[in-house]
Amino acid sequence: MNKTIITVVGKDTVGIIARVCTYLAENRINILDISQTIVQGYFNMMMIVDTNAMEKHFGEMADELQNLGEKIGVDIKCQKEEIFDKMHRI
Amino acid sequence: MINLFEVVETNEMITKENLDVRTITLGISLLDCIDSDLNRLKDNIYQKIYEAAKDLVKTGEDISREFGIPIVNKRISVTPIALVGGAACKTTEDFTSIARTLDQVAHEVGVNFIGGYSALVSKGMTAADELLIRSIPAALSATERVCSSVNLGSTKTGINMDAVKLMGEIVKKTAEYTKEQDSLGCAKLVVFCNAPDDNPFMAGAFHGVTEADKIINVGVSGPGVVKNALSKVRGENFEVLCETIKKTAFKVTRVGQLVAQEASERLGVPFGIVDLSLAPTPAIGDSVADILCEIGLEYAGAPGTTAALALLNDQVKKGGVMASSYVGGLSGAFIPVSEDQGMIDAVEAGALTLEKLEAMTCVCSVGLDMIAIPGDTKASTISGIIADEMAIGMVNQKTTAVRIIPVVGKGVGEKVEFGGLLGYAPVMPVNSFSCDGFVNRGGRIPAPIHSFKN
Repeated sequence: MNKTIITVVGKDTVGIIARVCTYLAENRINILDISQTIVQGYFNMMMIVDTNAMEKHFGEMADELQNLGEKIGVDIKCQKEEIFDKMHRI
Repeated sequence: MINLFEVVETNEMITKENLDVRTITLGISLLDCIDSDLNRLKDNIYQKIYEAAKDLVKTGEDISREFGIPIVNKRISVTPIALVGGAACKTTEDFTSIARTLDQVAHEVGVNFIGGYSALVSKGMTAADELLIRSIPAALSATERVCSSVNLGSTKTGINMDAVKLMGEIVKKTAEYTKEQDSLGCAKLVVFCNAPDDNPFMAGAFHGVTEADKIINVGVSGPGVVKNALSKVRGENFEVLCETIKKTAFKVTRVGQLVAQEASERLGVPFGIVDLSLAPTPAIGDSVADILCEIGLEYAGAPGTTAALALLNDQVKKGGVMASSYVGGLSGAFIPVSEDQGMIDAVEAGALTLEKLEAMTCVCSVGLDMIAIPGDTKASTISGIIADEMAIGMVNQKTTAVRIIPVVGKGVGEKVEFGGLLGYAPVMPVNSFSCDGFVNRGGRIPAPIHSFKN
């Protein structure tokens, strides 16, 4: 499984999750886990997704999600899971 | 599974605390390029480096993007050129032309530095070693990306004082040759005692003869991350302090290990080592001196600095060793002056002197680094400073180095701007009493008694 962590940070507004999830569904990216909080009005979301069935390259997905984020007014970042796994798990 | 808190912590380290991988350095052996015809040799060198490194920069950028971690530098180290060029080079100009070839291929593949314009002369110099050393001023002024290093001593061999004397003159000459750029050439020239074969950091990186044909070495960074972690345990005792540094160093090093493995796999080149050094940059918040202040000093250089640095260095290693399967290179805290805003502040406040820096080099990697001194400092004085630092390395069985810049036309208190990662530095005073009689004796200092372990 190719796990990617998508983080979304920014000012809370209607439809953030909907628009990100729509993009993921259109690109056959499966969501494995979502956690989300709001800290001082700021929306903070993390998704763990599986990109195995995606046809695009990682870079293309990262760019498109970043562009989508700019449209909604949030910062969307894609990173492969290993960096977190390596850092926080022995 | 990874949780939100952990993801936020990692990303804050990257975005707010300057966590990055400082360098992926591709080591390339040039031993199979050797030819007695100079032009054929240069062709061989160009081809070998180009073929090995053409995908290095792109691979680094891909990894950086996929994991969201900046990889600041992509670099190359090669077999010491004194060994490679010995058969073909009959003059210093011959060696300089090899430096130009290295510079050209570095531009071509897009790396910002190429290290290995080097000679290993810890016991004696061959004719080729001496020619290479004498060509350094011209080579560094004629090129942009070439870095040069000379190993002058080791615990096993003692110190080659003839070479120490010569290097004092070469440092002065390099400063003179590059005086239009504030003697920048000296920032690309370092002398060592106990130089490691697998150092990924410049200016001292070279690909040792004990290494494989090609190898990937990675240098991590992260002083800002350590400082930030320590700011959360202010006033706690040393046990808590040390545990915090260790845990942070573990996390930082794991990122280096991940990047090293990825780069190794994608380039099809074996993974060598991760260098655990805490490497500062002139960026605010990316300073080793700031960590020392966080530990409890008003400025780096205050009484207690050497102890604080010893503790920091040791805990970084203890945390880092477990995070990586192979560690090597220099592995310790760097204390360059011009590349660390906290160090610059300490010098300007009068808290940090050359003598205190020398004491600090006893307990950390690497040595007197990026220190600007007055341009009228005598060559023999520079040799004396080098000899002192080499002695510290030799006796303590550790790597030490000297990278000082006698800035032509500038005196104590004036500022020198090197630009970029090299930063800027205030010119520091040097003890002006003579050591001519000592430096001019000639010969070598024998290896210390504790090197005889057989």
